[in-house]
Amino acid sequence: MFDFLEDYDLLGAFWTTVQLAVLSAVGSLIWGTLLAAMRVGPVPLMRGFGTAYVNIVRNIPLTVIILFTSLGLNQTLGVSLGADDFESINFRLAVLGLILYTSAFVCEALRSGINTVPVGQAEAARALGLNFNQVLGLVVLPQAFRSSVGPLANVLIALIKNTTVAAAIGVAEAALLMKEMIENEAQLLLISAVIAFGFVVLTLPTGLFLGWVGKKVAVKR
Amino acid sequence: MTEVSVAKEDVAATGDLVVLKSVNKHFGALHVLQDIDLTIARGEVVVVIGPSGSGKSTLCRTINRLETIDSGSITIDGKPLPEEGKALARLRADVGMVFQSFNLFAHKTVLENVTLGQVKVRKKDKKEAEERARALLDRVGVAAQAEKYPAQLSGGQQQRVAIARALAMEPKVMLFDEPTSALDPEMINEVLEVMQQLARDGMTMIVVTHEMGFARSAANRVVFMADGRIVEQATPDQFFSNPRSDRAKDFLSKILHH
Repeated sequence: MFDFLEDYDLLGAFWTTVQLAVLSAVGSLIWGTLLAAMRVGPVPLMRGFGTAYVNIVRNIPLTVIILFTSLGLNQTLGVSLGADDFESINFRLAVLGLILYTSAFVCEALRSGINTVPVGQAEAARALGLNFNQVLGLVVLPQAFRSSVGPLANVLIALIKNTTVAAAIGVAEAALLMKEMIENEAQLLLISAVIAFGFVVLTLPTGLFLGWVGKKVAVKR
Repeated sequence: MTEVSVAKEDVAATGDLVVLKSVNKHFGALHVLQDIDLTIARGEVVVVIGPSGSGKSTLCRTINRLETIDSGSITIDGKPLPEEGKALARLRADVGMVFQSFNLFAHKTVLENVTLGQVKVRKKDKKEAEERARALLDRVGVAAQAEKYPAQLSGGQQQRVAIARALAMEPKVMLFDEPTSALDPEMINEVLEVMQQLARDGMTMIVVTHEMGFARSAANRVVFMADGRIVEQATPDQFFSNPRSDRAKDFLSKILHH
């Protein structure tokens, strides 16, 4: 009953999903951390930018953002992100869109982590003569990351599932393959189950592993 | 090693180290510091006492600008307190601070707590910083705990580590903001002993405390604050045996007779 699967590159599609997820996760962790630093920083302009970014981006549907990267950035403004074939252009645009979107949530997860760090920690760091970047980088953020592993795991799981939106601009990941299979085969339930199972295989261990990590690195006070 | 550490103290061996001139600060409508004038000489141990809410802690925290002031001036070693940025960070490195709630970095070991400032601010190499850290931890009696995390230590041990962390920066002056107020009674003495030793070694100290025994035995001068003002300053003997102001008499009568 699974015979028809042999005609499709299921593993290849999920491999694209994994690549989308990993690259976007790394990118949004970096950009999200910078946004969080801006939001807690002393410079009003940066604080304003960080706040505006998060509040605008997290309220736009991901589909709109992904479509904008393709129709707006690529086809109207000619941005190709250094790639020249359609496949890699769309892949890179999808990663960019996912990063722009997910980083808003990473920022907020981190900011809630920063709020768990007692103000005395930063005061003690400042009293030693550390500058703002050092206070944040050496004392506040390491503790904030440790207490936001749980919320960040939620963001990562959401991101893995959100990669399916990349199908909207033709990136050959799992959801696009699902659409193709459903059109060709009369196996709707089976196909949905296979794809759903594939995502659970990716997300469930991620959640369990990060839950374990979160407990392991938790700061004892 | 010695070349680095000695040079600073030679410049001016006498004179006023910390000078506050007509310092004012408000928290909203509350005038928490009112025209504070206070001069602390090099090597002097000044204990600030007074009822809760009198502005003692705020005064202590203005000296390394953890609290900003509304008007007046604060100079340390002849230099006015910088507003922000690098100059302020540099000054803070010269002013050690010990907090009521210890504030040891919870994600770092005791040893890392004491080396962090040396490496990142004083730019010492790691090995030298660790040597100094271990010597200081030994001096405050917690050398055996060097590899542990702060949460594994008792309050008294944590506060002694906090003192070592501040001393590691070779500060010109040490600020103590109610260092024993969060401690269980049996741990207060181990911290006070370290502070007394420090006072005997000639460290300039500003100590906000409720420990009258420490004020009597270690202070050169007692500063009594109430309602945001310095009401009275005297030697401990004078202050405790013969307070001049009614406010101080009232305060002492409430805490000394039991």
